[in-house]
Amino acid sequence: MPVEPVWTDRRIENILGNLLRAGVGLAALIVLCGAVLYLARHGRPPADYRVFKGEPSDLRSVPGVVRQVLKFNGRGIIQLGLLFLIATPVARVIFSIWGFAAERDRMYVVFTVIVLAILIFSLVGSSPV
Amino acid sequence: MNTLEFTALVFVGSLLAGLLGSLTGLGGGVVLVPLLTLFFRVDIRYAIGASLVSVIATSSGAAAAYVKEGFSNIRIGMFLEIATTLGALLGAFVAVWVSTSAIATVFGLVLMASAYLSRKPRSPAERNLPPDPLATRLRLNGSFPDLEGTRSYNVQRVPAGFSIMFGAGALSGLLGIGSGAMKVLAMDQAMKIPFKVSTTTSNFMIGVTAAASAGVYWNRGYIDPGLSMPVMLGVLAGSLMGTRILVKAETRWLRLIFSLVIVLLGIEMLYQGLSGRI
Repeated sequence: MPVEPVWTDRRIENILGNLLRAGVGLAALIVLCGAVLYLARHGRPPADYRVFKGEPSDLRSVPGVVRQVLKFNGRGIIQLGLLFLIATPVARVIFSIWGFAAERDRMYVVFTVIVLAILIFSLVGSSPV
Repeated sequence: MNTLEFTALVFVGSLLAGLLGSLTGLGGGVVLVPLLTLFFRVDIRYAIGASLVSVIATSSGAAAAYVKEGFSNIRIGMFLEIATTLGALLGAFVAVWVSTSAIATVFGLVLMASAYLSRKPRSPAERNLPPDPLATRLRLNGSFPDLEGTRSYNVQRVPAGFSIMFGAGALSGLLGIGSGAMKVLAMDQAMKIPFKVSTTTSNFMIGVTAAASAGVYWNRGYIDPGLSMPVMLGVLAGSLMGTRILVKAETRWLRLIFSLVIVLLGIEMLYQGLSGRI
């Protein structure tokens, strides 16, 4: 009979550590791919960030980024990598909910759900009208 | 300067910031925004967006290592993240409304304060404190591996720590920094959590805090891929190098020099902010 896994803080922390590392690694890899494409095509024109213009709508919404990635747009691919990066701590929070639930720690499930709600509000609820 | 040269220079600058930040333990994020705005003439809003992204990368990368060593306390981290993420949301919304000069001025003050905090001698650790009823109810007390085996600790003054954390989150969201120094202050000084646990738990929390404000910045178009790319890759590479090197003997001097750099950048940011140049 297989041994039932014991959910301890220690074990959850280990999985969390790997999750964080994998998320950052994946994000950095995607950003790097986008960087090569972006610099190969747009390396010549001068860089100017003196005046704030704000990003075009395609680079600040998830469907827009996906559209740009499908067009093999370097800036779009970098933006996808950055999305993965921002999603990494969110994934950590989601995993923690599951971990605390496995430990039957109701109070911390509630705390973690509050943090997740704040994060989701920031990601989807804060877009300007 | 064409885009290729600009990207290469920003990458090198960010690499140095990440390296020095991780060697001295002062964090690289705090010098990134001044570096980008003062030397590369980047609008402070783009600089904050790029810095925020790099803060998520380094904190998640470093937290992965610390978490495994068993120093950080995920319950303390998770509970206090309620305060830091709410603060970060507030900070990010405020950043959208206030002038860039005001942001630069606050940034200058925070730089000087963080240099002061890093030089201030720590008050000696108080051991064997009695358990606090609120901390016990919240199951915040814990233990960590020490030289003489496992050492347990009792967390104190939860409301004070929670409030300082809200402030740390707000500064993080307003300025695009990790505000690790203030998080450590809340845990180490106010809540009497052992220093090692405070620093690693703080690092663990920085990523989630930064993600809360990054969402707002992303939606407002402050995160530019062309700028964030060299900043994020540079800081990440620098901080990874830093954790490998760890030259014990020279960190004292490095810390002193890096603190001086931070003060000078702080004065310049304050001047530029107050005179309305930024």
